[in-house]
Amino acid sequence: MRQLSWFAGSLVALWALDRLLPRVLNPYALQIVMLCGVNVMLAVSLNLINGFTGQFSIGHAGFMAVGAYTSAMFSIHVGQPWVASMVALGLPAPVAQGAALLVALLTGGAAAAVAGYVVGLPSLRLRGDYLAIVTLGFGEIIRVVITNVNAVGASRGLSDIPHWSSVFWVGLGALTVVLASLHLAGSCHGRALFAIRDDEIAAEALGIDTTRYKVLAFVMGSFFAGVAGGLFAHDQTYLNPSTFQFIKSIEVIAMVVLGGLGSVTGSVIAAVILTLLPELLRPIKDLRMVIYSLMLIVLMIVRPQGLFGSRELRLPWRRRTARPA
Amino acid sequence: MTSRIRWFASCALVLALAIGGCSGQKKADEIVIGEYGSLTGNDATFGQSTKEGVELALSELPEGKLGGLPVRCVVEDDRGLPEEAVTVVKKLVSQDQVCAVIGEVASSRSIAAAPVCQEAGVLMISPSSTNFKVTQQGDYIFRMCFIDDFQGTVMAKFAALNLKLTKVAILEDARNDYSVGLADIFAKAFVSLGGTIPGKVQAYNAGDTDFRSQLTAIKAMNPQAIWCPGYYTEAGLIARQARELGIKVPLLGGDGWESEKLLEIGGEALNGCYYSNHYAADNPDPRLQAFLTSYKAKFGKESDAIGGLAYDAAKVLFQSMQTLQTLDAAAFAGLGSSKAGTPARREATKKLRDIVAGLKDYPGVTGVITLDSNRNATKPAVVLEIKDGKKVYNTTVNP
Amino acid sequence: MSEFLQQLVNGLTSGSVYALIALGYTMVYGILRLINFAHGDVYMLGAFFGLFAARALHAGVDPNPVKALAVLLVAMAGCGIAGVIIERCAYKPVRRSPRLSALITAIGVSLLLENGGRVVFGADPKFFPQIIPSRIISLGGGVSISNQQIIILGVSLTLMILLRLLVKHTRVGKAMQAVSWNPTAAALMGISVDRIITFTFMIGSMLAAAAGVLVALKDPKIEPYMGMLPGLKAFVAAVLGGIGNIPGAVLGGLVMGIAEVMVVGYVSPTYRDAIAFVLLIVILLVRPAGILGRNTTEKV
Repeated sequence: MRQLSWFAGSLVALWALDRLLPRVLNPYALQIVMLCGVNVMLAVSLNLINGFTGQFSIGHAGFMAVGAYTSAMFSIHVGQPWVASMVALGLPAPVAQGAALLVALLTGGAAAAVAGYVVGLPSLRLRGDYLAIVTLGFGEIIRVVITNVNAVGASRGLSDIPHWSSVFWVGLGALTVVLASLHLAGSCHGRALFAIRDDEIAAEALGIDTTRYKVLAFVMGSFFAGVAGGLFAHDQTYLNPSTFQFIKSIEVIAMVVLGGLGSVTGSVIAAVILTLLPELLRPIKDLRMVIYSLMLIVLMIVRPQGLFGSRELRLPWRRRTARPA
Repeated sequence: MTSRIRWFASCALVLALAIGGCSGQKKADEIVIGEYGSLTGNDATFGQSTKEGVELALSELPEGKLGGLPVRCVVEDDRGLPEEAVTVVKKLVSQDQVCAVIGEVASSRSIAAAPVCQEAGVLMISPSSTNFKVTQQGDYIFRMCFIDDFQGTVMAKFAALNLKLTKVAILEDARNDYSVGLADIFAKAFVSLGGTIPGKVQAYNAGDTDFRSQLTAIKAMNPQAIWCPGYYTEAGLIARQARELGIKVPLLGGDGWESEKLLEIGGEALNGCYYSNHYAADNPDPRLQAFLTSYKAKFGKESDAIGGLAYDAAKVLFQSMQTLQTLDAAAFAGLGSSKAGTPARREATKKLRDIVAGLKDYPGVTGVITLDSNRNATKPAVVLEIKDGKKVYNTTVNP
Repeated sequence: MSEFLQQLVNGLTSGSVYALIALGYTMVYGILRLINFAHGDVYMLGAFFGLFAARALHAGVDPNPVKALAVLLVAMAGCGIAGVIIERCAYKPVRRSPRLSALITAIGVSLLLENGGRVVFGADPKFFPQIIPSRIISLGGGVSISNQQIIILGVSLTLMILLRLLVKHTRVGKAMQAVSWNPTAAALMGISVDRIITFTFMIGSMLAAAAGVLVALKDPKIEPYMGMLPGLKAFVAAVLGGIGNIPGAVLGGLVMGIAEVMVVGYVSPTYRDAIAFVLLIVILLVRPAGILGRNTTEKV
């Protein structure tokens, strides 16, 4: 009951933010807020694969691309006509658009999940570095394929995507991913993932179906990345495959590593910091990527566990377990 | 415990900086316009020429003022990427709150950024995007040049009638609308004049450096010429590699070849090739020559057609603003930065749009500009030949 | 038929360049089990050092073979030093860390070189002067090759043979082999593992620099991001041939070059970048050790 009221409260808060922020911030600042939300979703979903399960995936941009393009195509060809017909029947536009967006996002997420499954399966035989390169390869293959499909605009890009994203939807998406991750971390499935991360052979020996869990991590992570991609598409209204290059995957990895592999709060905070930082540094934005790269190197040498390590931020007044006497 | 507090504090600080950085500061009233282009990236000379053309026009404003208000231009670099073009135009429109934008040269980037301007009611004048779709994005979008439907036909006619060719292979840049569109139009026009396109249309991606595979396939088709409607960097490299592979036939191109770097990259390989352009530098027209002289004096190098078109775009904009001030001073005041975000601004830009749309017989340095109902300029195209390492005028084709 | 032969010639040329870069990858991986993402960017540095050397020597204005050789050697020397610096500053501190950290460090170094290069050199492409003017040689049957392509093949082959001699017939080479088999045992035998590792990096970087200069000769456009994709493809080539195996790297590079050219010429040029990765996935699924590699069992 308590969880339900928390959730309902969050929905109301998001709705209020959705009304308030466009009035307070100019469109440019608003776009940054939206980008923060999308990046939070990407970082937390990657954390599921890299942080929880210890699978080094560096092709996350590919999943985001699949989700973005699928949901965009769905909205353009199915969603928009449907919304038009519903509005003609008298349904208020925001409701129709919201419903259409939800379906588009779920479609995008599902497509990305399928991609995650396809990538996850063969990668199971591989470890560490090889896995990294294969996931990178898949990310690149996805991008090159998109560049060659004329129906989605090929390398010239896809435009005229309906602008249905809003602070509410991005916030809801981010909230869902974070809650799902935290819930997973506390469950026995989460414990299985951590076991695989810590010592895969021992986990296998203890009877954990490592194959199943590794694939699960990939599928879940890519699903949420796909939803993030969909929200991104409906905010930018224009997609270009060059947005989803290897560099994008690196940016997400930087967020997860900065926050601490395995920490959900770390990923959230690092995502916000790394979205705001380049915009704040726009005057010296030439040096942005130089600073990024230096940060990665220094971080690995000085504090490889990132900001939070694998711990979460615990709110001091919600101590749930009683200490043994 | 203290480290956690420190974390919260630093996060709050970052957020505060962000919100603080986003709010504007009060300044004296001025007219702010924006210019976006590819100052870095594969086709960097496009952006640089645009910036220089606009700068020259700005420097010719008496005391840098128009109608009593100082004029300032914010220049942004889109690095040659369409989505970056969207981001910088959004910044220009929402943060710098410009009343008009000049840009872009590459059609892909103009098409990407145009909806942002259209939605905000900000004029966008593209100096030389030639793809048809650019002005289709809305009635606030204009261009100072001809469109590819015309350009492609011009070159097809040139190939068929002047050069008497019957078999031309095509090598296009799959990465941008301009190249793909121009290739299509050429193909259709050439075929309708009795020519043939042997084999498959070959393609590359802007940024590639090795075209030997595509050229080898083209060589096997045995064409009499290759239609290569890409940008100058690739055109130069393609010419070199074609000659290395023993392909001796001429290459034909569009205005994407226009750059001071073209001959540096292509060298001797480009001799005997032709391309369509907006003007010829050796045209004795006094306006053009005066422009070329002042450009050279200010920047120390030769201008290209892009610089000329950007100059014309800026001059047209200023002239229209001047007209607005004469006709309706109250509305003109709405263009000032102090009125940004108010209905007066929307009113002003709407009236400005109407004035620009009615442009007729404007004496530009790149030719006489009249805008048609689609906000495209009807202008003649010039075909240049490259002879002995120099660009030489060949023919003019009128619309 | 002549088209096929021509494509083959093109493929061999670009393949030999991939081979040169792949050699550096395979050597470093053999010793450190680290995928040196920054290797492709050392290749880019080599091209730029070559550019500056060529400009300083005016090698483009009045070309002669001695100047061209000087350009090559300067670039190799410069990158050798760069490789040592990278190893000492960035990789040495993370040598004992988990592989993930080392990989991220490598990615960081790669980004630093690329973006640092962009800031220092400027993002627009530069044009490498023709230090050896191009001449077409017809091989008959409609197939032609340029003297630059012949030089690329020749220099690559020479360097590969020199490397093999180094590794098989010198003490340093034997020490390198020992460290790649078992660093602890090698240390116990009195080999300075640190120095061998640095030496390996230096050699690898020099080879990458040579590749950079050779490529700049053939495709004269160079820019700070030019190393990213060839670097990745060269890594795939090393895996293809068997990672840690020097002849494997050469074979992998040639296979990669020919496969790419064939797909671009006969299927579609826009799939070029994906081919490398498709090959990678296929080889990892079918024969993970690579063509010439050995299967190692994992001890529990």
